[in-house]
Amino acid sequence: MMKTLLSAVALLASSLAMAAGSNIPLDKAPIDLTDKASLQNGARLFQNYCLGCHQMQYQRYSRTFADLDIPEELGMEHLMFTGEKVGDHITNNMSAKDGEKWFGATPPDLTNVARVRGANWLYTYLRAFYADDSRPFGVNNDVFPLVGMPHVLQELQGVPYKAYETRLVDGQPKQVYVGFKTDGSGELSAEEYDRAVLDLVNYMVYVGEPTRLEARALGYKVMIFLLIFFVLAYFLKKEYWKDVH
Amino acid sequence: MSNAPVDHGRRRFLTIATSVVGGVGAVGVAVPFIASWNPSERAKQAGAAVTADISKLEPGQLIRVEWRGKPVWIVKRTAETLQQLELVEQNLRDPASDVPQQPAYAQNRHRSIKPEIFIAVGICTHLGCSPTYLPNDFSAQVEGIRAGFFCPCHGSKFDMAGRVFQAVPAPTNLVVPPHMFIDDNTIIIGEDEGVV
Amino acid sequence: MFKNLMSWIEYRLPFMDKMNLHVMQYPAPKNFNFWYFFGSLAMLVLVNQIVTGIWLTMNYEPSAEGAFASIEYIMRDVDYGWLLRYMHSTGASAFFVVVYLHMLRGMMYGSYQKPRELLWIFGMLIFLVLMAEAFMGYLLPWGQMSFWGAQVIIGIFGTIPFIGEDLTLWIRGDYVISGATLNRFFALHVIALPLVLVILVFLHIMALHEVGSNNPDGIDIKKDNDGTVELTEADKKFTFHQYFTRGGKKVIVDAIPFHPYYTVKDLVGVAGFLLIFAWVIFFFPEGGGYFLEPPNFEAANPLKTPDHIAPVWYFTPFYAILRAIPHPFMGAVAMFAAIVALALLPWLDRGKVRSVRYRSGIHRVNLINFCVSFVALGVLGVLPAEGLYTLLAQIFSFTYFGFFVLLFFYSKNENTKPLPVRVT
Repeated sequence: MMKTLLSAVALLASSLAMAAGSNIPLDKAPIDLTDKASLQNGARLFQNYCLGCHQMQYQRYSRTFADLDIPEELGMEHLMFTGEKVGDHITNNMSAKDGEKWFGATPPDLTNVARVRGANWLYTYLRAFYADDSRPFGVNNDVFPLVGMPHVLQELQGVPYKAYETRLVDGQPKQVYVGFKTDGSGELSAEEYDRAVLDLVNYMVYVGEPTRLEARALGYKVMIFLLIFFVLAYFLKKEYWKDVH
Repeated sequence: MSNAPVDHGRRRFLTIATSVVGGVGAVGVAVPFIASWNPSERAKQAGAAVTADISKLEPGQLIRVEWRGKPVWIVKRTAETLQQLELVEQNLRDPASDVPQQPAYAQNRHRSIKPEIFIAVGICTHLGCSPTYLPNDFSAQVEGIRAGFFCPCHGSKFDMAGRVFQAVPAPTNLVVPPHMFIDDNTIIIGEDEGVV
Repeated sequence: MFKNLMSWIEYRLPFMDKMNLHVMQYPAPKNFNFWYFFGSLAMLVLVNQIVTGIWLTMNYEPSAEGAFASIEYIMRDVDYGWLLRYMHSTGASAFFVVVYLHMLRGMMYGSYQKPRELLWIFGMLIFLVLMAEAFMGYLLPWGQMSFWGAQVIIGIFGTIPFIGEDLTLWIRGDYVISGATLNRFFALHVIALPLVLVILVFLHIMALHEVGSNNPDGIDIKKDNDGTVELTEADKKFTFHQYFTRGGKKVIVDAIPFHPYYTVKDLVGVAGFLLIFAWVIFFFPEGGGYFLEPPNFEAANPLKTPDHIAPVWYFTPFYAILRAIPHPFMGAVAMFAAIVALALLPWLDRGKVRSVRYRSGIHRVNLINFCVSFVALGVLGVLPAEGLYTLLAQIFSFTYFGFFVLLFFYSKNENTKPLPVRVT
């Protein structure tokens, strides 16, 4: 009985790991919500590369500016392109219908994408595009096969492709997959690109739950308070129960 | 069961200490519930300062902008109107604007920053109707005065600085909202250098 | 003056007398252990759900167009809205944790046995209404899991022969789950079911106080006053409401007044519970994807099914039973039977000894079997129904029902240990 239970738990763990939808292992994204510079860079990348098609329709510019320590004037000048008000939500002018026509499906809203997919998934996904001429946008993705999205960060990363090398396997020369490579046309080096993607994912994690840091800070205070209350209640109980024991 | 006598001091201390800490906790729990009734970010954004462009405003013309769900008038007064402000003063209830219905910088005869540009919340101080702007026909209400505001609901009358006349139901002058000039043609309503 | 006012009121509404009856002079066995925390904790969570729920309705918009956005509005734009929402969503899961442990306590110490059958039935009704309440509440955020989870569960009614199709149509009020469904679920979730719940809780407590609390030894603390009961110093120490001595026909032994002894003890339980509860709310509000499921952060889309639909964790034991049976309607019947079997425990258990402490070894093993089966079914209900999982679900469904069948047979002539005269 115990054995079956244990194997059931093991099965549960393994199938939850698979629930992300693809079989390739996800890279761990070292998210740091206190890194304002990273979040600011992430916001910049989002505004420049993602907002054309994806909205963050539940997040206000003013919220992003306030939480990321971006002065409003600076934010309005460098991060807002369509003359909205600073209190407006982060939206674009692409209609859902156009989106469906152009990409086969309306590009999803990204406000909560980090909560739906998880940071690791996003981090791996954005680094898993590769050239594939059979796809309409010329790229495919290892994490999300047959994805209907172009590689919008290509000018940063360069054109990534799956590299194969000829190696001797059991004495026979064979084509062996050795990982991703880029053609070097990108503005960033491989490490810089990873860092940029991490900043972007960091920002999306922040937008998914902008109250995370506030919750954590308040949480510590509440826990300390409850500990004090617990100790007092415990001694109060002990004192009264002297009557009984 | 112990036969030791009850330590009443300790018992009372622990009871009071636990009650006090518990009371603090109850107050703490109440905070989010009370705070959630504050204007939300949406309400604040909807109530945020509004910018008005007055480059096309003609002398004598009135435009309305909406601020916090209320009509705000922007009027460009003519030289004649400005002159007549002085004539009516003995018929006004509060000619010197002593009642604080305006920011300090608008407590003057023309009740504005720039004499010709008058900005006021277009709601009668009586029962909240919106008075009618009479640019030419106000003399029917007050003899010899060309322009003014007349409230159709209960007949309250205001001069071109929003000052209320005597013997009408409205008790006070019209409200002048906080405002400031970004440049000659741009006004921000709802925000001034003093108060954000 | 104040005294006069009090007696004026007392004469017309005996408030102090009722307080004495139910709190100050309510005789509670002195040997309650930590398992007895879960009743008062369930009450605490109920209050939490009601109050945070009322506050959430202040900003929630029950329409297919506005529901999802209004949740995001609460989470982002309303001051402390995120906290109120996490308190409510975590509270839902906490409710079931607490109630499941409360029920297990009842099973361990035979709290359902005579004369507490009605008390147990009220408890089961509370559990049933709670499940309906939780299910309808889960639709309200109008996320992908809200939508598709409701689709699956409403589909269960569709398996009923002849009327199934029409019944699901009637429940939804539309050909798909739509704003009409959302609106009726909202109405039931925020007012109808909570009202029923509060009434049932009241009846549950009235029934409890009528028959008195059971205890870990499962022996009575009210004895017939026939002169054979020896009273200790401790027994003479406390006064209890005369109602409980039935006018001198009964004597109460090994009991203490609920207040202050169990109020201060429950306070410790409350503090301990709140430590865990707050820890989840502030640091892990998603509960690892079980309290708030990831797909539910995406707005409902009737055209796109999530890869894997699982009901919220507290339904999964019953959901696993449903799926274990190959025939859809029989599956639904089995699931319902799993709950009914629990409700029938007072009659399925024919034993005379209540507490597991003094019952046979076979009963102990059987209880463990029940717990293992229940937990295993809960785990399996989260997993996709395929191959080995289905087989395991069938095995554990069998052992789940096996608990009741075995109990019915061995409890008639059980090899029990001698009961103590007084609680230990």
